[in-house]
Amino acid sequence: MARLNINGKIHTIDVEPDTPLLWAIREQIGLTGTKYGCGVAACGACTVNVDGVPTRSCSLPVSSFTEKQKIVTIEGLSKTVTHPIQQAWLELDVPQCGYCQSGQIMAAAALITKHPEPTDAQINEEMTNICRCGTYNRIRAGVKLAAKNAKAGNKTNKAQRA
Amino acid sequence: MTIAQKLSRRGFLAGATAATGGLSIGFHIPTAEAAVGDTPEINAWVVVKPDNTIVVRVARIEMGQGTLTGLSQLVAEELDADWSKITTEYPTPGQNVARKRIWGDFQTAGSRGIRGSEDYVRKGGAAARIMLMQAAANQWKVPVSELTTSKSVITHKASGRTLRYGQVAAAAAKLEAPKDVKIKDPKDWTIAGKPLPRLDTKAKLDGSQIYSIDFKMPGMLNAAIKETPVPGGKVKSIDAAKAEKMRGVKKVLVIDGNAVVVVADTWYRAKTALDAVNIVWDEGANASVSTASIKAMLTEGLEAKQAFVGNKKGDLETAFAGAAKKVEAVYRYPYQSHMTMEPMNATAQWTPEKCMVWTSTQNAEAALATAVPASGLPIEKCDVIRMNLGGGFGRRSSSHDYVRHAVLVAKEMPGTPVKVIWSREQDVTHGTYHPTTMCKLTGALDDKGNVVGLHMRISGQSILAGLRPEALVEGRDPGTFQGLNAQGPEGQFGYEIPNLLVDHAMRNPPFRPGFWRGVNNNQNAIYLECFIDEMAHAAGQDPLEFRRKMMKNYPKHLAVLNTVAEKSGWGKPTAPGVFRGISQHMGYGSYVAAVAEVSVSDKGALKIHRIVAATDPGHVVNPQQVAAQIEGSFAYGLSALLYGEMTVKNGRMEQENFDTYEVMKMADMPPVESYPVPSGGFWGGVGEPTIFVAAPAVLNAIFAATGKRLRDVPLKNLDLRKA
Repeated sequence: MARLNINGKIHTIDVEPDTPLLWAIREQIGLTGTKYGCGVAACGACTVNVDGVPTRSCSLPVSSFTEKQKIVTIEGLSKTVTHPIQQAWLELDVPQCGYCQSGQIMAAAALITKHPEPTDAQINEEMTNICRCGTYNRIRAGVKLAAKNAKAGNKTNKAQRA
Repeated sequence: MTIAQKLSRRGFLAGATAATGGLSIGFHIPTAEAAVGDTPEINAWVVVKPDNTIVVRVARIEMGQGTLTGLSQLVAEELDADWSKITTEYPTPGQNVARKRIWGDFQTAGSRGIRGSEDYVRKGGAAARIMLMQAAANQWKVPVSELTTSKSVITHKASGRTLRYGQVAAAAAKLEAPKDVKIKDPKDWTIAGKPLPRLDTKAKLDGSQIYSIDFKMPGMLNAAIKETPVPGGKVKSIDAAKAEKMRGVKKVLVIDGNAVVVVADTWYRAKTALDAVNIVWDEGANASVSTASIKAMLTEGLEAKQAFVGNKKGDLETAFAGAAKKVEAVYRYPYQSHMTMEPMNATAQWTPEKCMVWTSTQNAEAALATAVPASGLPIEKCDVIRMNLGGGFGRRSSSHDYVRHAVLVAKEMPGTPVKVIWSREQDVTHGTYHPTTMCKLTGALDDKGNVVGLHMRISGQSILAGLRPEALVEGRDPGTFQGLNAQGPEGQFGYEIPNLLVDHAMRNPPFRPGFWRGVNNNQNAIYLECFIDEMAHAAGQDPLEFRRKMMKNYPKHLAVLNTVAEKSGWGKPTAPGVFRGISQHMGYGSYVAAVAEVSVSDKGALKIHRIVAATDPGHVVNPQQVAAQIEGSFAYGLSALLYGEMTVKNGRMEQENFDTYEVMKMADMPPVESYPVPSGGFWGGVGEPTIFVAAPAVLNAIFAATGKRLRDVPLKNLDLRKA
């Protein structure tokens, strides 16, 4: 048995404790947006955010999580594709095959929270997910655009509040 | 010849028709028919629903390269459709067989997605428009010549009446198809040729896009598989006592005598149980093969007396006898893995009446041709539903072994759908690898530094010999000479060299080769373009000018070369420590060139500062997607140059996953300036061509920076410090 807080909902699942979080998300909980790519935390296709930290779910057993940890998958990032990263990805047509993009988007979402004005060096450091179609340059542009829009959005929100 | 061979052979048409004998079949295909409901089609390519939604049928597959959007643009253009109402669907290969291949070829490889079907999909769109107009003319009782169309609306200007396509679609569907269909001049395009957003982006942003690996059915089981690690090996024995007792496990079986499969409720349980099966392999004759033994085999071929001739002109012997200078070099290209992000997988459901497969494939007809013999059922009882691909790059066209696995396993459990997923380790060690070859180049220069003779002796693996030996031409594999042919859209040699010989000593190691984005152009462009650079250096001439002298008769090759020279500022100073390299090549109908700017640190660390790339594919259907393909081709090609190598030890591939088979990441990716320069009058491919020039441009730039010729890639194995 494992209790996991996924996208704001507590799930109780009957699964072996050594089952990687990725496979519990895909097979027990049934959310397939998080992808299997390597199983050894090398490619990043399985990235989910755990308390805001991008985490490679293929290599951590469900037993290492408690229900207090907030796990967000691509399905939980926004309700209607409104997260600044998703919006930037849409605007720049970032994905090609799209298989790695769930992981890329989760990593990018965490990146612009950590670094609201990301430099190229920070993008290189934080965005280590593999894309075989080669969308890296559009991802880079997407991160910068999202950061810019998020900042503008924050200003608007503050102005509205004031 | 078997049905499988006929159906899987590249470029066939008559074969499939003969094989299927025009059988008419009527079983239910869920995705395709359900999507359209009862709306009759206008023709095979176009369905217009009463609410004006247009369904464009796409025979090729989308795997990231933008073909789905591009083909829809071409159909919508001729249809004068409202682009905002365009949707798409994939017909199945079973439907194609039943309708005598009305959709033509499903194969999405060789950069043919657009160029291989633009003519008939445009005519399909144009024919549908004529039928819709005729239906409106009939309703209004006016001559069709008085009608105009725009954005899915038919207008009769004289009376001011309008009808939407959806209002006349049912009537149009009953009309006879027009015989003569005129298509638009590309200069009049308003939908095609524009940088429209892709049709399929949104579902890739929220996890809702279903790839083959995500497919679910009620009652579906999951399976993991381990095939013999040594090609040709067999399962000698298995001890599955422990695995069979593990939670969720339903079945342990051996298929084809060379693979062990565990079927369980979930895939992770299947995989865990498979790891607990004790397998003893009979490794067979290939257990002693190694990278060194393969290299020895290829090295022998470099000097062999017999070789297949690919391109021959003049008299080499005389040219060399009178040469002022002789240049010689040996290059090598290793095995490489496709490393699609989504590992191979397929779901199958088998009953004695029907075998259905759901999978990601670049060629659903070949997938069907694989499923048929595996199922033991006739072709009309089998079909393949196409799912989204997490990358193809040629792997999902080279072999449908994963489909065979799914069908064989499903056949053991009649009625139960089973999804077989290859682990990444199974995937990397059972690929259809980029073939390994070597090339010895010998060039003759006269006293003015002109190339008067060139011999390119290629030695190594033939893809066709490994995958489709029936397609060899009197033993020869024409694909080996991609980009080196005397003429033709599949790759014309772009230099005037009076005495030339390009030949191939075929040497086939036991590992399966495959079509790998760019295919044989990848190594051929390195061999030729780096050696041209070597000859330019030997002649003491600028590499660009040296090329230009030989390219007067190849204006299209020359034009893209000139584009990158101009855009990169060739001949003008670079930043301190930064050096340029240049290359050009032609293949898959397109002309491509690149300039790379690199620096190499004192410690030998390479930095690629900038790529300037040009392509002339004749026509550009979606410029922003062409730019995306150019960028992507550099990521794929430079990954190969920097890291790509599968090595062999004891008959096994040594690399198993992304941790040991590295690929390019964000930090390695250079800025890519892309210049599509379509000159019109022909249709070339886009998904692959610019990959050809990625590696040679960088290698030539490294030489400019270090004085080192690196002839045995990948670079991760080499010392780049200054000579």
